Amino acid sequence: MKACVIVFPASNCDRDMKVALEAATGSAVDMVWHRETDLTGYDLVAVPGGFSYGDYLRCGAMAARSPIMAEVIKHANRGGHVLGVCNGFQILCESGLLPGVLMRNANLKFICKDLELTVERNDTAFTNGYTVGQTITFPAAHHDGNYFANSETLKRVEGEGQVAFRYVNNPNGSADDIAGVYNEAGNVLGLMPHPERSVETLLGGLDGKPMFDSLVKTAAA
Amino acid sequence: MSEITPEIVKEHGLNEEEYQMVLDIMGREPNINELGIFSVMWSEHCSYKSSKKWLKTLPTEAPWVICGPGENAGIIDAGDNDAIIFKMESHNHPSYIEPFQGAATGVGGIMRDVFTMGARPIANLNALRFGVPEHPKTRHLVHGVVEGIGSYGNCMGVPTVGGEVEFDSSYDGNILVNAMCIGLAEADNIFYCAAAGIGNPVVYVGSKTGRDGIHGATMASTEFTADTEDKRPTVQVGDPFTEKLLLEACLELMQTDAIVAIQDMGAAGLTSSSFEMASSGGVGIDMNLDNVPQREENMTPYEMMLSESQERMLMVLKPGKEDMAKAIFEKWELDFAIIGTITDTGRMRLFHKGEMVGDLPISPLADASPEYDRPWVPTPKRDPLKAEDVPAPDNMMDALKTLISTPNGCSKRWVWEQYDHMVMNDTVARPGGDAAIVRIHGTTKGVATTSDVTPRYVFADPVEGGKQAVAETYRNITATGATPKAITDNMNFGNPERPEIMGQFVGACEGISAACIALDYPVVSGNVSLYNETNGQGILPTPTIGGVGLIADVSQSIGMAFTAAGESIILIGETSGHLGCSQYLAEVLDRKDGPPPTVDLALERKHGDFVRSEILAGNITACHDLSDGGLAVTLAEMAMASGLGAEISDASNGLVMHGWLFGEDQARYVAITKDADAFLVAAKSAGVSATKIGEIGGEALNIEHAGTISVSSMQDAHEGWMPEFMAHPDFED
Repeated sequence: MKACVIVFPASNCDRDMKVALEAATGSAVDMVWHRETDLTGYDLVAVPGGFSYGDYLRCGAMAARSPIMAEVIKHANRGGHVLGVCNGFQILCESGLLPGVLMRNANLKFICKDLELTVERNDTAFTNGYTVGQTITFPAAHHDGNYFANSETLKRVEGEGQVAFRYVNNPNGSADDIAGVYNEAGNVLGLMPHPERSVETLLGGLDGKPMFDSLVKTAAA
Repeated sequence: MSEITPEIVKEHGLNEEEYQMVLDIMGREPNINELGIFSVMWSEHCSYKSSKKWLKTLPTEAPWVICGPGENAGIIDAGDNDAIIFKMESHNHPSYIEPFQGAATGVGGIMRDVFTMGARPIANLNALRFGVPEHPKTRHLVHGVVEGIGSYGNCMGVPTVGGEVEFDSSYDGNILVNAMCIGLAEADNIFYCAAAGIGNPVVYVGSKTGRDGIHGATMASTEFTADTEDKRPTVQVGDPFTEKLLLEACLELMQTDAIVAIQDMGAAGLTSSSFEMASSGGVGIDMNLDNVPQREENMTPYEMMLSESQERMLMVLKPGKEDMAKAIFEKWELDFAIIGTITDTGRMRLFHKGEMVGDLPISPLADASPEYDRPWVPTPKRDPLKAEDVPAPDNMMDALKTLISTPNGCSKRWVWEQYDHMVMNDTVARPGGDAAIVRIHGTTKGVATTSDVTPRYVFADPVEGGKQAVAETYRNITATGATPKAITDNMNFGNPERPEIMGQFVGACEGISAACIALDYPVVSGNVSLYNETNGQGILPTPTIGGVGLIADVSQSIGMAFTAAGESIILIGETSGHLGCSQYLAEVLDRKDGPPPTVDLALERKHGDFVRSEILAGNITACHDLSDGGLAVTLAEMAMASGLGAEISDASNGLVMHGWLFGEDQARYVAITKDADAFLVAAKSAGVSATKIGEIGGEALNIEHAGTISVSSMQDAHEGWMPEFMAHPDFED
């Protein structure tokens, strides 16, 4: 699998994502600066966590207008895989690749802790290493993870099976306990918790590994 | 230009003698720009004029020390060309006035100190001290400070892995915000501040200069009074987004050979950075202030030189490297301006709109700043307090529950869950344990770190309290399996012009020195914050110690949580039941009398070396040091961290039970082992006092002759106070 990580000004989980992807793929992962305009040749484009543009204006809003995002959208439309984590999820929502938006956590505080999630589907490129209904633990670290969509959108997201993961104990007020969503085609995934922080026993767990292995397996198929 | 009147001199915080020194150095009356520069350079905050004499007595050397105090931060060698760079610094005064920005810019400032030397920050810690919970400002200050720290550290993508939170009435009018940063650099690519190369360009990078923070250093050098709120405009405003860009741009430029010297603009901004660079290098600088990037219109030279706008750096570049460096800063969308030239004049000459607006000799001003031998009196020794003369509680387990649920004894999860403590994916030991551990990226090596001080001990006996602060960091690092290597000290005290306060400072320095020498654990960086007083009421003396240790293989490190039922619980060290100045005395009996425990440094060293070697040999599965609340609290914390209980037998051995359970004797650990017999033999042959006191098991902590308490009820009590307290909206007060 050929993967790259997009780097915006003040992305800060870019290295973590690169390390996790390199461990899974066994090959070098490119870092792509947000002003670049070519993403041909990649199987997976990862949009990492962080505070792109300082979270100013609205989380992800300015990064969503960066030159590279037009290419990310093209890549998705070609059927390429896109994984957005945390700020990456916010950016994918702001760019229109994913439905809904992330608002300030209901308690108005930054939350950094391990969270349990249930896996809603295992028929996507991201989750074929899990079982449906499986409970997994990923660390979360965000101030704006409160998933919101209007009732019509939410109905469609639920109806089309676009919910990827749900919180077991909703930490941030997200609608329907949603922790992550797919686009309609299922090739774009955004989620608030960090799978790339859960790929080493020493750091607290391995539950993120099946996601990266699953992507590698899909790309090889 | 306005005339310098005695009132203007006084407003600049210079006394008559100091002003006479200014006149002698200048050989004439200074103009207002020059006076402003003297004022900040000679402020207590920048010049250490009251503390210098005593700071010089601290031990600063060891074979693994690459750079001790005097630079932006201290540096130790972690092997394989890895250097660990760290420092702790206070941002007390601004945080009281404007808690969010004060704390945020404290975090930003300490990170700049670390990355200006070429290191990528890999961990942050924060030691916070607030007034009592009942004080009307406390909740507001806790909210603001925690949010400010989180907003800055989280955005920077540096994990905040440790620290302390304590409440005491002495901090009602002067909170303490001590921020520590640890960075990782290549030992052969460290950057210092000494300017060199006549004709080399002096370059300004980062944010534009505004009118914020003017005279912040002077503010931090006086007591607070009723009109302190009026000083809000002297608090700087932070922009972590810009600092993140500045970090990446600086590290990118540091991979080239363009930089001769670099210095961040912290307290006293452009003044102190330019003077430090010039005086360290023995050169002069001609500075053209027209080229300083300015955020506001019509800024005067005075304002530009004294602004404490954040996220700025000053560099000296090699000739011909300007364009390459500029391209890097433009990529990161940061200002880059050549504002000066290195000269051989030994003078700082300031030019503005074609006129010379300042001309000062550098070394007399920077090096000959006042140094005071302030009068001091030692703190009187307190009478001994025997455990048997201290009343026992009605119920031991109720007393234990009190100790783990008070504002000072409760869990601080509410605080550290607002800090991203896992970003960078190398946090091996998260907050809440003895010491946090971050792995050195791409290796098996780890850095263990903690911050500690017990201010009530220092108040009662500055010398023993100073020793204890260092010893506690030593134990906390040791309990993970790491070897303590060096400390940074953040000395927070009251008004040094009062002999009893100066006596606390002198005593604490003596204690810290003794401990550093005995434990082979030198001071490599530090910061002094004096005048932490409001209307004559000083804080408890608080020399916060930030300890740093190293471990070769992080997979050998251990935590404090009970590991598995059936494993043995060993108490290491000697227990006399010392209850003077204890948490038991304060929280259960509402008393603060008695001397603090004495610290036997040789014993600390012996026990520490033994515990560490047993951990690395794989003979200890979990370990926790004994400090506030003694043995009972240590056992409770190990139980709560694991959800497992324990059966403890009465080994009080003639001591009163509350002395055995709650005494705060030093140099002690609780260690868990699978093979108690072998462990006790090893302890005996090492000459270390060790006793098996029980086994892990069940769902309760059951202490023979003292009582039983379920682990879940302890967890509820321990986790309860802080979220409950913080949930109240301020307006209900």
